[in-house]
Amino acid sequence: MPAVAPAAPPFSHTSSASPRTVRQQYTVAVVGNPNTGKTTLFNALTGLTQHTGNYPGVTVESALGEFTVDGQLFLAVDLPGTYSLSPRAPDEMVAVSILLGHNPTHTPPDVVLCVLDATNLDRNLYLFTQLVELGRPVVVALTMVDLAHKQGIEIDIPALADTLGVPVVPVQANRRIGVPALKQAVSRAARTALAPRPCVHFPPSFTQAVTDLSQALEQHDGHPPLSHFLVQRLLIDAGGPIERAFTDRWGATAASLLYAARRQLAATGTSAPQIEVESRYQWISEVVARTVRRSSVGTPTWSDRIDRIVTHKLWGMAIFLGVMAITFQSIFSWAVPVMDAIDVLFQSLGRYIAHVVPEGPVRSLVVDGVIGGVGAVIVFVPQIAVLFGLIAILEDSGYMARAAFLMDRVMASFGLSGRSFIPLLSSFACAVPGIMATRTIEDRRDRITTILIAPLMSCSARLPVYVLFISAFIPAQTLWGIVGLQGLTLFALYMVGLAVAPLVALTLKRTVFRGEPVPFLLELPPFKIPAWRVVLFRMYDRSWAFIRRAGTIILATTVLVWAVSYYPNQAHIAEEYRARRALASPEEQERLQAEEAGARLRASFLGQAGRAIAPIVHPLGWDWKIGMATLASFPAREVVIAALGTIYNLGSGQDEGSVELREAMRTERWPDGRPVYTPAVALSLMVFFALCCQCGATLATIKRETGSWWYAAFTFTYMTAFAYLSALAVYQIGNRLIGS
Amino acid sequence: MSLQRTLADLTPQEEGRIQAVIGTDTLAQRLSEIGFTPGQTVRLIRFAPLGDPMQIRIRGFSIALRRSEAQRIVLQPT
Repeated sequence: MPAVAPAAPPFSHTSSASPRTVRQQYTVAVVGNPNTGKTTLFNALTGLTQHTGNYPGVTVESALGEFTVDGQLFLAVDLPGTYSLSPRAPDEMVAVSILLGHNPTHTPPDVVLCVLDATNLDRNLYLFTQLVELGRPVVVALTMVDLAHKQGIEIDIPALADTLGVPVVPVQANRRIGVPALKQAVSRAARTALAPRPCVHFPPSFTQAVTDLSQALEQHDGHPPLSHFLVQRLLIDAGGPIERAFTDRWGATAASLLYAARRQLAATGTSAPQIEVESRYQWISEVVARTVRRSSVGTPTWSDRIDRIVTHKLWGMAIFLGVMAITFQSIFSWAVPVMDAIDVLFQSLGRYIAHVVPEGPVRSLVVDGVIGGVGAVIVFVPQIAVLFGLIAILEDSGYMARAAFLMDRVMASFGLSGRSFIPLLSSFACAVPGIMATRTIEDRRDRITTILIAPLMSCSARLPVYVLFISAFIPAQTLWGIVGLQGLTLFALYMVGLAVAPLVALTLKRTVFRGEPVPFLLELPPFKIPAWRVVLFRMYDRSWAFIRRAGTIILATTVLVWAVSYYPNQAHIAEEYRARRALASPEEQERLQAEEAGARLRASFLGQAGRAIAPIVHPLGWDWKIGMATLASFPAREVVIAALGTIYNLGSGQDEGSVELREAMRTERWPDGRPVYTPAVALSLMVFFALCCQCGATLATIKRETGSWWYAAFTFTYMTAFAYLSALAVYQIGNRLIGS
Repeated sequence: MSLQRTLADLTPQEEGRIQAVIGTDTLAQRLSEIGFTPGQTVRLIRFAPLGDPMQIRIRGFSIALRRSEAQRIVLQPT
C-alpha cells in the first residue's frame, strides 16, 4: 500500500512571480484557520462558479471559483484550513506549496486573502504573521465580528489595519455583508502588487542562523538560492515534509549543512520552534493589546450553557443518541420514499423503451444496461443529499465537534478518533454517503482507515438478502422462551461486520498507517444557528460530485454486467422459445418468458463463469447456480435476489418476500438428490454477503475519495478474502454441528 | 518528571498557568502554534463523559485534548 502520498515537493522547480503586464486574470488564495468561516466566505465570493477537484498527487480537496471586480476576472482557490505554515499533514503541504508557487497546476497567487476570526484573534494572527513573510500582497477578511461583539470583544479595525500593514475588511459572509468591499480591496491589492513587510522580529541569533544557512547552501554546489521563508522553515521544522523533500532533492551533503546549522542554533539554549512561536506570540500580544478591547470577561455565553448540557454525562449522551438515531433514520428511511420513486420512474422508463424499441441487443442494452445503470447512480442521490444536509447542520452549528468529543474514547480504543464515528454510523445505511462523510476527518491515515472499514458496516442493501435467507432457512423458533432464532441470526449478521471492523482498523493502524500520531486537537467552536445557504450548498455540491465522479464508473459497471449476462447471444434459445411461445396459451406466456430468461442467463458468459467457479464455491456448500448469482451481485449485492429468481426460472421480478423464490430454493437439489440449501449453506451465504464488498458504487466512491484505485482494490481484496474464509468456516463447522 | 503538575492534573473549572510544552515533535509544535505558550492561563472545563478527552479553554477558545496530550503541558507550580 502506498504510504501517505507526499504533496507536490517544494523543490521541484523554482518559480518567481509571473511578469506583471496586462493580465487576463489574477489569482487569489484564500487561507485561514479551520472554523473561521473561510468556506462560507469563499462561497459568498464565488457563488456557484466554483468547482471542486483533488490536488494532483494528494487527495486533498481543492475548491476553485471565480469572481469579477469592475470587469477584471479573479480566480480564487480555497486552501485547506491550517493553523500555521509549518506543514505537517498533506493538506498543509498543499496549502504551502500553492502559496509558494511550487504547485505545478496553480500559478502563484497574486493576492493572499487571509481570513481572521474576530473571536479568536490571537491564534488566527499566528498564521497571518507567517503569511506576510511570503512576500505577496495580503488582504485580511475579518469574520465573526458580530459574534465577537456579543462576546464583549471590540476590535478597533482601522488601528488593526494600521498595525498589520494590510487592508482589513470586516465581513459577515452568510449575509453577504462586506463582500463587495472585500472584492474591491483584493482588486486594489492585486493591481498595486505591494507586499507587506514581515512584522515579527526574531532574535539576532536566529536571523543570523537563517542567513548563514542560506549562504552555506548557495556556496555548496551552487544551488539556486532558496527563499528566506523556505530556509527558515527548514531550520525550524525538523523531520517535516519540507526537510524530506529537501534531502531527497539535494542529498546528504546539503542535509549535513542543515543539521549543523540546527545544532549551532540549539547550542544557544532555545530550540528553533520555541524561538519562532515565542517571537510571533510576543508580537501578537502587543497587537492585541493595542487593538482589542474585552469587556464582561468570564460571563458564560449561551453557547457555554448549551455545551454544559450536550457534554453532560447523562443528558449529553441521551442527546447524542437522539441525534444519531435521527441521522441514521434519515438515511435509512426518510430517503427511501424518494429512492422508491426513482426506482419506479426508471422502471417505467425501461418499460416504455421496451415498447418502442424492437427486441434485440439494442433494446436490452438500453433497458437493462443504460437505464438500469443511470437508475443505479441516481438512486443514491437522496441518501447523499439528506445525509449531507444533516452533516452540514451538525457541523455548521458546532455539534459535530461535540459528537466527536463524546465518542473519541470509544474510537480511540481501535486507533481512530471521535471524528470517525458519524461516517461509520452512516455506513450502516449506505457506505457511499458514509465514505463521503469521512471528509471531516483531518488526519489522512485515520480517514483512509475509516474509508477502508466503512463497507464492513451492514448496509441497507444487505438487509433484503438476510431477510430472504433467514425467512427461508432459519427456523422460527424461540430460544429460552424469549429470543427468536430468526431475530438472533439477523442481529448476529449485523455484529459480524462490527466485530471485524475494529480488527481491520487496528491492523491497518499498526502496519501500513503506523507512524507518529497526528495530534487530536479538536476545536470546539461556539454554537451557532446553521446558515441555510451552507446547508443547501453542501447538499447540492456533494450530490453533484457523486453523480459526476462515481456515477460514470457505476454506469460503466452496470453496462459491463449487462454484456456478460446477455452475450454470447444464443440464437437457438431465442428460436426455441419463439416457437414454444407461438404454441402456448396466453396464461403460459409469462412462465415461458421467465424460463427463456433463465435459459439465456445459464448459457451466457456469466453462466459459464458460474460453472467455472463451481469448484471454488463448493467448499462453502454452494452449487454453481449460487456461485453464479453471487458473481452477478458483485456490482450490487441486492441483485442476488433477482439473479436467483432468473436462474430458477421465476423471472427477475422477485423480492425478498417472494414465496415462490423461497419454495424454489427449498426444492433445489444436488444431482444426487440432497437439498442444495441447508441452514449451514444459508448461514455461509449470509456471512459471505455480510463481509464481502459487493458494491461497485462503494468501490467507485473509495476511488474518488482516496484518489487511487489502489485503495479500492485493497478493500475489494481484503473483504472478499475475509468473506470467503469466514463463509468457509461457517459452512464447515455448521455442517458438522447442525448437519443438513 | 512525574512530580511536575500538568494540564491533565487539573480538576474541572480549575485554572493554571503554562510553564512549558514538553518535546519537539509535531504535537509540541502544534500546541505551541495554537497558543499554548509559557505564561498563558488555561482552564480545564470538563472531561468527556467517558473520561477522555478533556475540554480546555485558552486564549478565549475551546479545544479538546486527550489526556496523553494534556500531560505534555507543564504548569507553573502554584
